[in-house]
Amino acid sequence: MRITQGTFSYLPDLTDEEIAAQISYALERGWPCSVEFTDDPHPRNSYWEMWGLPMFDLKDPAGVLQEINECRKAYPNHYIRLNAYDASYGRQTIALSFIVHRPPSEPGFRIDRQETSDRRVRVSLHPYATDRPEGERYGDS
Amino acid sequence: MTERMEFGMRPPAGGPAEPPQPAEPAFEPLPPDARIDLAEDGAQVNEILDALDSDLVGLAPVKTRIREIAALLLVDRARARFGIDSGRPNLHMCFTGGPGTGKTTVAMRMAELLHRLGYVRKGHLVSVTRDDLVGQYVGHTAPKTKEVLKRAMGGVLFIDEAYYLYRAENERDYGQEAIEILLQVMENRRDDLVVVLAGYKDRMDSFFSSNPGMSSRIAHHIHFPDYTAEELEAIGRLMLERQGYALAPEAEPVFREYLRRRRTQPRFANARSVRNAIERARLRHAGRLVARGGLVGRQELMTLHPDDFLASRVFAEPAAQAG
Repeated sequence: MRITQGTFSYLPDLTDEEIAAQISYALERGWPCSVEFTDDPHPRNSYWEMWGLPMFDLKDPAGVLQEINECRKAYPNHYIRLNAYDASYGRQTIALSFIVHRPPSEPGFRIDRQETSDRRVRVSLHPYATDRPEGERYGDS
Repeated sequence: MTERMEFGMRPPAGGPAEPPQPAEPAFEPLPPDARIDLAEDGAQVNEILDALDSDLVGLAPVKTRIREIAALLLVDRARARFGIDSGRPNLHMCFTGGPGTGKTTVAMRMAELLHRLGYVRKGHLVSVTRDDLVGQYVGHTAPKTKEVLKRAMGGVLFIDEAYYLYRAENERDYGQEAIEILLQVMENRRDDLVVVLAGYKDRMDSFFSSNPGMSSRIAHHIHFPDYTAEELEAIGRLMLERQGYALAPEAEPVFREYLRRRRTQPRFANARSVRNAIERARLRHAGRLVARGGLVGRQELMTLHPDDFLASRVFAEPAAQAG
């Protein structure tokens, strides 16, 4: 199951040129970019690992794209996303965030139903990937 | 609920977005018998070169080389339109020359020129020294250097006093690490940035002799000659004019004599010394006007008198050391 989240989530995956165009849009707006990765794709997992610090004072998308590619090299079986922060609100505000890399195969989610009192049902999403320990989730599947 | 207000409620933060760049027309090589007017193509480039000529006094060899580089890039662009691929020229440069000969100024112009010629994408200049590249402890240098390189991408990286990167006396100096990363980027990321090293001639030479890899990756070694007395005077006039001052007719020979004496003294820094001389003359000019009191007119506020220069230490005694 293809995981969608962030901006452009219903578009096909962006190519590197399209990613560069989005980065340069963000940089023109004065939004510093940062790269994050994870192998826990649960939609409520908002704390992805940071790939280095956010990149400030950049003018050209080449620098950000370079970091994305390095992260892809280091974590070919993780999800990688790009965030652009808009600091003009005086707090950390993500203005743009989209997935730039995904593992080759994505097993998707299982729905767990838990019966509680009064025949109520609680539903939870369980990514199949998280059955395996962190770091090995998408590697050999 | 008639309108969906959730979307588009955020006002644009940085004003309206810039109009999108017109899409590049589909590439189609010109027929082999087509003719291109280089002059038309080079009009905007000539504008910068002319500005360079009029703003910077002297520096003939530098200007010649810059014209050559501009011509090469123009021709390359014309060749590309015919579908001839000549590869990207190597444009890393090394500026050598005495203090105050305009190395930084030219680097700034260079960034703009390369941007106009479409060689670099943004045309900004990132000016750094050893401190910005070399870390203080193990493992600090590489991220620091990479950070700077990322910032410079799409523009020109200007490394002032580049020879400080390499300290021969300390073989465990982290500068070596920065040099290695630089070399790698200069070789592999030529599309993304142009590196300009600058420094004094003799020290740059010894830097290159201990880093032969660096020397061979730099195509253009440009030497900035010291200014002659006439050129210094022209520079002084240009500076005065820009700051809204003029020399009184009787002050002109004094100013010339000042430059002549100052040139022979130690720690003479070419255009920088001229600027400092003018700054001090402005101070004396202001002091003189205030001390005199009374009414002043536009003319007095603008004119520097011989006294403003004669009070200088340079005139005190010929052998005196001036700062």
